Amino acid sequence: MPANFILKSVSLPNGQIADIAITDDKISEIGLGLIGAEVIDCTGLVALPGLVDLHTHLREPGFEQSETIFTGSQAAALGGFTAVHAMANTMPVADTAGVVEQVAALGREAGYVDVYPIGAVTVGLNGTQLSEIGAMANSRAKVRVFSDDGKCVHDPVIMRRALEYVKAFGGVVAQHAQEPRLTEGAQMNEGRVSAELGLVGWPAVAEEAIIARDVLLAEHVGSRVHICHISTAGSVEIIRWAKARGIDVTAEVTPHHLLLTDELVRSYDSVYKVNPPLRTAEDVLAVRAALIDGTIDIIATDHAPHPIEAKDCEWNAAAFGMLGLETAASIAQEVLIESGKSSWQRVAEVLSHAPARIGADEEQGQELKVGSFANIAIIDPTAKRTIVAESASKSKNSPYIGLELPGRVMHTVYRGYFTVRDGLLASEGKKHD
Amino acid sequence: MSSRTVLTSDDIDRAVTRIAHEILEANTALQKSGTANLVILGIPTRGVLLAERIAAAISKAEPEADVSQMLGRLDITMYRDDLASNPTRAITETSIPAQGIDDKVVVLVDDVLFSGRTIRAALDALNDFGRPRAVRLAVLVDRGHRELPIRADFVGKNLPTSREERIRVQLAEADGTNAVVIES
Amino acid sequence: MSQNKHLLSAADLSAEAAIEILDTAEGMSNVNEREIKKLPTLRGKTVVNLFFEDSTRTRISFELAAKRLSADVINFSAKGSSVSKGESLKDTAQTLEAMGADAVVIRHPASGAANVLAHSGWIGGSIVNAGDGTHEHPTQALLDAFTMRKRIHGSASTGKNLSGVKVAIVGDVLHSRVARSNLLLLNTLGAEVHFVAPPTLLPANPANWQAKLHYSLDETLKTEKPDVVMMLRVQGERMNASYFPSEREYSRIWGLNADRLALLKDTAILMHPGPMNRGLEIDAVAADSSKSTVLEQVANGVSVRMAVLFTLLSGERVSDAS
Repeated sequence: MPANFILKSVSLPNGQIADIAITDDKISEIGLGLIGAEVIDCTGLVALPGLVDLHTHLREPGFEQSETIFTGSQAAALGGFTAVHAMANTMPVADTAGVVEQVAALGREAGYVDVYPIGAVTVGLNGTQLSEIGAMANSRAKVRVFSDDGKCVHDPVIMRRALEYVKAFGGVVAQHAQEPRLTEGAQMNEGRVSAELGLVGWPAVAEEAIIARDVLLAEHVGSRVHICHISTAGSVEIIRWAKARGIDVTAEVTPHHLLLTDELVRSYDSVYKVNPPLRTAEDVLAVRAALIDGTIDIIATDHAPHPIEAKDCEWNAAAFGMLGLETAASIAQEVLIESGKSSWQRVAEVLSHAPARIGADEEQGQELKVGSFANIAIIDPTAKRTIVAESASKSKNSPYIGLELPGRVMHTVYRGYFTVRDGLLASEGKKHD
Repeated sequence: MSSRTVLTSDDIDRAVTRIAHEILEANTALQKSGTANLVILGIPTRGVLLAERIAAAISKAEPEADVSQMLGRLDITMYRDDLASNPTRAITETSIPAQGIDDKVVVLVDDVLFSGRTIRAALDALNDFGRPRAVRLAVLVDRGHRELPIRADFVGKNLPTSREERIRVQLAEADGTNAVVIES
Repeated sequence: MSQNKHLLSAADLSAEAAIEILDTAEGMSNVNEREIKKLPTLRGKTVVNLFFEDSTRTRISFELAAKRLSADVINFSAKGSSVSKGESLKDTAQTLEAMGADAVVIRHPASGAANVLAHSGWIGGSIVNAGDGTHEHPTQALLDAFTMRKRIHGSASTGKNLSGVKVAIVGDVLHSRVARSNLLLLNTLGAEVHFVAPPTLLPANPANWQAKLHYSLDETLKTEKPDVVMMLRVQGERMNASYFPSEREYSRIWGLNADRLALLKDTAILMHPGPMNRGLEIDAVAADSSKSTVLEQVANGVSVRMAVLFTLLSGERVSDAS
């Protein structure tokens, strides 16, 4: 049976040039001179396993004015993603089997990416009572990642119980590290710039103290823990120490924390308002080095759409969060490839293999080899694009508008279906049977 | 650019002395005394220097009169009608003699009378200080080209000029030399 | 002269521009002593006081300043609430623009509100920051500098800066927009700035601040012998957030009482932006002493604000390059 598509002369992450044959929803062959029904010339392009985002806010149910599962999935596809994990801080909160099954179903219906709902650690994100983790794990959504992101699980006893309890379900707790009392009313990084601007500071120690506590708790109860959006040099040191000790901890960094600093806040433009906040240049260098040396395991976007009225106002009144799905691959390329300090294999690891592993996604983040599901992102590494406001997302709060970033996603293949072709979004998603 | 001197230092001295006497004469006709109720206000910057010279000449003619009580300066920056169309100017000092200007004969002194707008601004400024009995104008040079119905009562020299020409009044206290020069 | 369209921060002013405003304020203060306290300079211009925080004193000061220059004044008081998500700022601004405001004087509880207003494109006129959160209050710094200059140089103040003048600012520096604006302007004018406060009321990272920091007021008065001591208002709410244990302890260690008044050198002056917490950061004997400039500061505020409005609203408009 002939292949449906041939991705011809594409560059694999290890640098080898090959043809990739796709039949139905799988990779059927990798070699040279392959034949198929439709041949797509990928000379000069790089193939990566479909990107997997472990940390996205799709806002549905409850905040559909910012984003829906449909529009978020489209934005993800344009960014080269074939799977996203949707955070639980929706309305209602994703703390029951019912809500997570609904989110998963809407993702399937949209058909652009696999949507894996994340379950809340506590009921209503209240931080005091565990949610039905077991029910969510055993539901059709098969939740494995649990997080109160948006808020910190700050009560040490609740965090301990959660770390223990998820062991029964092969799950992992993803912590948003922010000591709430140290960050009351906080608006930006506490540092030289906040002293000048008169904005309440968010000190690095509020992130680091929670991480230190949680890696020790994970060690004590023999569980694994994942730390969301690492942003400071101090946090990197703690993760490094924990891993050296053999603690089962993984860590993620956002694209914006790899690129932007708190100097940008001087304009008081709330597009730069985010939680955790943009930090100093020293912190940016530290997280970049950690991503390259493996201390940080993955890039996760923390894509956080907000409507215009939530950002077009004075800083204190503005919402926290930035878009990230459509620019993540370019920033990964900037940090790992353009810097000359790493490789496309590392890009594949941090944007696909590792997030899928942490999230226990069995059909995503696989090696590009025969028999794997055909989830593939094809990137033109030589392209340079100036980021514009228009995007598939319903919201416009991207901090990169006007910046020139390297690379462009040319094709995204989702389970054998082209969600993005020649840089253009398919008008509808894949129909699942 | 060519320049020619139209008034020498001696010409200026003679003009100042003549203006001082004309002021005294006119005031006598009005008030029966040369220096009674007289206030002399110079418009910065060279109007102030001329006012001082005129006051000195008056003092020479009428030694018993205390001219220091009559002399002052009137800054008109805030009353100009062209503030919006020119770079912002700094304002200088205004000092009105302690006796005030109510019911006084105020003689405004400026170096050159041209469009008349400076004097219009000065009249507005005076309005905010009180109600003089009369306001007179003394200028060293009247160069014509009035844009408002304003005329000088005491003139040092009438100098018909073309609009493109520039008149420069130099007084020793500010410029090191005394002369009136036309530049074209 | 700087042809800047807005006054958002004391850092907007070069030394020349600041001295020019202070000199203009000298002329304005003469007008304020005349019988007819009126100049026609801003006739036909509309100045809007957009106050999202209660402040009768500052609002009246700006209102008087605009009216003495013959401008039309509109007072808009709104209580900004974070719940309304700042719609109040954008919608209000667009309404004022439709009414034709030449200048908007804004006081707002959020730091950066004046900056957002100036760069948003919602308003075409000049923006004067009358206090934004804990960020800046540039006209306060200008009137403070004017007051210092006047006390030091008297009638020969014109053209002078504050070179070599030692200023000690005491109190809740961390949350003070007066402190931040004074820090910038005093450095621009050549003065030496000292901050005195409990460690909890100083920023954790003052590396970008050009000032010396002290914890002890007694030590500072004895060793630095400042020419100016400026007391900042302390809010009782800070005690509830554990910035200091009690009002009693605060005033014992950082209050300007009779003993500390005696430590001041003869030529020193004592300043306070007002309103004062008599008995907390400053005792009555100090507030009412001959060294105190509190009432002069109020009068000078009107003159300085007249100078600021004159500078922003008259003169050729240079296009806003930002």
